[in-house]
Amino acid sequence: MKEIVVISGKGGTGKTSITASLAYLGGKDLVLADCDVDAADMHLLMQPEKIKSEDFYSGLLAKIDPELCTNCGICANVCRFNAIPVINNQHIIKPLDCEGCGYCEKVCPEKAIIMEEQNVGFWQISNTRINNKLVHARLGIGAENSGKLVAKVKNEAKQLAKTDNKKYVLIDGSPGVGCSVVSSLSGANYVLLVTEPTVSGIHDLRRVYTLVKKFSIKAGCIINKYDLNYAKTQEIIDYLQEENIEHIASLPYDEIFIKAIHSGKTIVEYDKEYFYEKLKECWNRILELIEN
Amino acid sequence: MKIAFTTKGINWDSKIDPRFGRTEYILVYNEENNEFFNYDNREIEKEAHGAGPQTSQKLFELGAKILVTGNGPGGNAATVLEKAGIKTFVGAGEMTVKEAYEAYQENKLNELQWS
Amino acid sequence: MKIAIASGKGGTGKTTLSTNLAKYLSKEFEVVLTDLDVEEPNSGLFLNLDEILEEDKFKMIPKWIEDKCTLCGICQKSCNYHAVIQLGEMILVFPELCHSCYACSELCPEEALPMIKQKMGVLKQFKTDKLNFVESRLEIGQEQAVPLIKETNNFVENNFGKEVLKIYDSPPGTSCPVIEATKNADFVFLVTEPTPFGLNDLQLAVETMRELNKDFGVVVNRSDSNNKLISDYCDSQKIKIIANIPNKREIAELYSSGEEIYSKVPEFAVELKKIKSFLINELKVD
Repeated sequence: MKEIVVISGKGGTGKTSITASLAYLGGKDLVLADCDVDAADMHLLMQPEKIKSEDFYSGLLAKIDPELCTNCGICANVCRFNAIPVINNQHIIKPLDCEGCGYCEKVCPEKAIIMEEQNVGFWQISNTRINNKLVHARLGIGAENSGKLVAKVKNEAKQLAKTDNKKYVLIDGSPGVGCSVVSSLSGANYVLLVTEPTVSGIHDLRRVYTLVKKFSIKAGCIINKYDLNYAKTQEIIDYLQEENIEHIASLPYDEIFIKAIHSGKTIVEYDKEYFYEKLKECWNRILELIEN
Repeated sequence: MKIAFTTKGINWDSKIDPRFGRTEYILVYNEENNEFFNYDNREIEKEAHGAGPQTSQKLFELGAKILVTGNGPGGNAATVLEKAGIKTFVGAGEMTVKEAYEAYQENKLNELQWS
Repeated sequence: MKIAIASGKGGTGKTTLSTNLAKYLSKEFEVVLTDLDVEEPNSGLFLNLDEILEEDKFKMIPKWIEDKCTLCGICQKSCNYHAVIQLGEMILVFPELCHSCYACSELCPEEALPMIKQKMGVLKQFKTDKLNFVESRLEIGQEQAVPLIKETNNFVENNFGKEVLKIYDSPPGTSCPVIEATKNADFVFLVTEPTPFGLNDLQLAVETMRELNKDFGVVVNRSDSNNKLISDYCDSQKIKIIANIPNKREIAELYSSGEEIYSKVPEFAVELKKIKSFLINELKVD
């Protein structure tokens, strides 16, 4: 079983639309995992039917037991995040400000503070309308994506692929360059980079590739909206050559992307001709590359 | 010499876990007495961040001098491995432990150079 | 007056709106635009202003003093982030994992882990006439945006008076950095686009704003015949739509090369004017 991860660094490049199309083309050969938890939109195209869902706990939050608390104020004094104000003569924890460091717990003379794991959202396995299974997650307000959540989503997807005898796990990767991307990339057999010829697109591509390089994973790139700016497209192509990243395809700026989303379909279902052919070629090429 | 493998199981025929920080098991093979030791690392699942440095620390405590793994460690983990003096070989992600050990002996794996 | 420009996901046009709006408003008001997307600050690419100031920003991290250390291991146990690790006779500190909570430092019985300054990023200030621009950029490898966002907010607070209109370009998402970036704003503009993705992300952003008790309104970007998707939702939730920026290829092209848009696309300027009127009439900016 092989793991393919799609990442882009920046939002709005069409990453999810492209990943969904590859998922359609791969169909019953793959399990799909949405690790772009901050903007988890994949489910909108997949009409998922829930098979199983579980709460997800992550990160610690301090909790004061008012029965034991003598309001001595030692906790508030050591807290660097101003997360322990006094309200109605009682020290309380402000959940959005508490960073879970646990310093207050360690210094409380009454042992009135405990650190609790927070329920920050849930993860879920669903059947999609395109003959595969999707593992996705949803986080609550203020909860951050983490290496832990990405690992959880990926593990469930891999487990499914194993029991159902699937050849591939296709992962919509996390944005940015932090620990959740490290977790998206660890274990991957192939990385597909999706970018666009804009000043910010190029900037973010370089940044995220620095990380990919560290893991020495084979990488390819799709330049989306290439005809918006030919000079920038050329700049990207030069960069790809320099870094030895295969330029898999260039896709034009097209309203099809938006129209397909509106109809709740992937691009390849919406446009059976040009985009279908183009993305089919991409998918075949990727499979060829990971099999060798 | 003690050689550590990141693995998905606890014997010679187990698959290498290509992940480093969040590997399921660490299998340590002691070349001197031919003995195996396995460490169940699955508790690491509970950690939101910092899995890499912790797994590296565990390798140090287990006395490993060589690490054989898949895609390799992230930046923080690499720092710990370097300080701990553990030589790290990558590229065994799709092998079994046995195949990985042979590949290591035949110099077929890439050694990570600390930058 | 402090206004923030935010969105549930990246790529909705937050930066396009904030840079153009800041320039447009600076014809009449004194404006400072602050890019709080410290991981990927892109606004500067679209402004071309003169740099007038650059300063390093620091966070506090523990530093191991080997001579004082007795290897008791309390520091490692006191760190919930695993940013302090004991390796044989060494203590290692991982600055990116450290949240500057001071627990290891102050709980160390030997004072062997004093807190020292470490560079986390660079703040820059740019200026022309009545437009000021401030951005901060995290150092590569630094993972925590929140402390730098705080520092940047402080800088703007301390250097610009009440009379200056402050616009904040917030990072995308609904996690801690967004909350830090919007929590002091008087009003938040949520940027979205009329697609099911845009609607989904807008709903998440709205939940976040309500949780924070913020006043907010919506700006629809890439507005087209599908606007009903957003307007129906906003009507049902009694949320005001303040402007609709049209979906035009010309805008995407100008954006791709980092050019100013409103001066070349009149329909764009009309929408900025609506936002200006809203600021003057509803938010009493003068």
